[in-house]
Amino acid sequence: MKYAYYPGCSLEASAEEYDVSTREALKRLGVELSEIPDWTCCGASAAEPVSSLLTLALPARNLALAEREAPGLDMLVPCSACYLNHLRVGRECASDRALPGRINEALGAEGLRYGGRVRVRHLLDVLAGDIGPEAVAARVNRRLEGLSVAPYYGCQALRPYALFDDPEHPRSMEPLIAALGAAVFDWDMGGRCCGASLMATRRDVALVSVAAILDAAAGADAIVTVCPMCQMNLEAYQSQAHHADTISVLYLPQLLGLAFGLSDQQMLLGKNLAVTDALKAKLRACEAASA
Amino acid sequence: MKNTRPSISFTPAPLAFKDQELAAAQDMVRACMQCGTCTASCPNAFAMDLAPRQMWRMLLFGLTQEVLESRTFWLCSACYSCTLRCPRGLPLTAAMATLKRLAAAEGDSANRKKALFYQEFMHNVEQNGRIQEMGFMCHYFLAMHDPLLPLEYTPLGLKLLAKGKLRLGGRGQRGRLGPLFAKVRSMEGAS
Repeated sequence: MKYAYYPGCSLEASAEEYDVSTREALKRLGVELSEIPDWTCCGASAAEPVSSLLTLALPARNLALAEREAPGLDMLVPCSACYLNHLRVGRECASDRALPGRINEALGAEGLRYGGRVRVRHLLDVLAGDIGPEAVAARVNRRLEGLSVAPYYGCQALRPYALFDDPEHPRSMEPLIAALGAAVFDWDMGGRCCGASLMATRRDVALVSVAAILDAAAGADAIVTVCPMCQMNLEAYQSQAHHADTISVLYLPQLLGLAFGLSDQQMLLGKNLAVTDALKAKLRACEAASA
Repeated sequence: MKNTRPSISFTPAPLAFKDQELAAAQDMVRACMQCGTCTASCPNAFAMDLAPRQMWRMLLFGLTQEVLESRTFWLCSACYSCTLRCPRGLPLTAAMATLKRLAAAEGDSANRKKALFYQEFMHNVEQNGRIQEMGFMCHYFLAMHDPLLPLEYTPLGLKLLAKGKLRLGGRGQRGRLGPLFAKVRSMEGAS
């Protein structure tokens, strides 16, 4: 299995642990990643409030590079905002016949051409669909018994295009968590918005969402995420959201890596902003049980 | 500190642009049947002054000024719940973003200030190819002219610093997006 890899800007800086754990976990699962050379920012959630053409031209540039440099490969994207931005280019071109021409006129400034041939895939879609829980279970050598894990999907991996999961009641992470030997924490906040960039522009409003999510996770050992923005909002503002106890927040591939026997250091667990001593103790117990 | 960089260059100004954006936003909600599913689905509706359902109607009635003076569309966090659930299949999240663009171009100084976050972000992307998170936040603080704003971010900044997360990303793509931005700017200015 091989994919064209688009890490996105966050994974180069504040979400380095997501990049490292994604690469390491996928390597253990026999997946090869070919990073798209010279990729650039997809516009995040900031392009659309500025320019409608740029909203599509920025991700189209990366898709054009992937077509040229890694023909025939699906593009794997770990960040949900990057994923949706790249995905919607093809979706909007399908319903507006003038659009591909406009996008290519813009890309012509660099001699690039978007042909709409790359399939855009979220990391979670690849893990749950292409690889599947059986292959994941086969790599586990440190079962995460006794761990209760709350799957958090966020918004843009699920909506508006419901491609690999139920956008109202997402479940795709559950078989993966179970494959690691952990218990799935039963809650209904997996698809609730974390506030996204309102955390910068209207923090008071975003904190209401974060508090609701963290409160609902009470009793879980950890929340797992599949997006650097969700991760940051849930891990960095716990005290401001008036949450009494810190709850650990990990990226899904970090949890996979730990169950595969990789160390806390290899999964850059030290970079996470919310990892409790209680979780670390449970991880050590899992380690001892499998030794 | 002397700020020598050029002023924000991506604020779209031409009148044609505003008319076009307004028409685009109205077209997006033309088939609204006022059921209110959008309002009921919105996680941020509690903080809005106009309910989304109400705002769409006002937009169609031509109450543009009243709509642009509201804070409702600035509170959209692009969760796409309304877009997903709208029984008419209307692109409501895209309509919210269109109002942000319109307000930035036509709005009063308060609206322009609200748009700065996005414009500063895109300015950083235009310069660096890949967003430089730290540089972007510094410029945003400067552009907002609010001495208290950086203080709000101090606890987070210290946390990130302690974790070695305030690092610079790759610089290899610096300037790479200049031609694309320039081309898009000329295309949108001309249309």
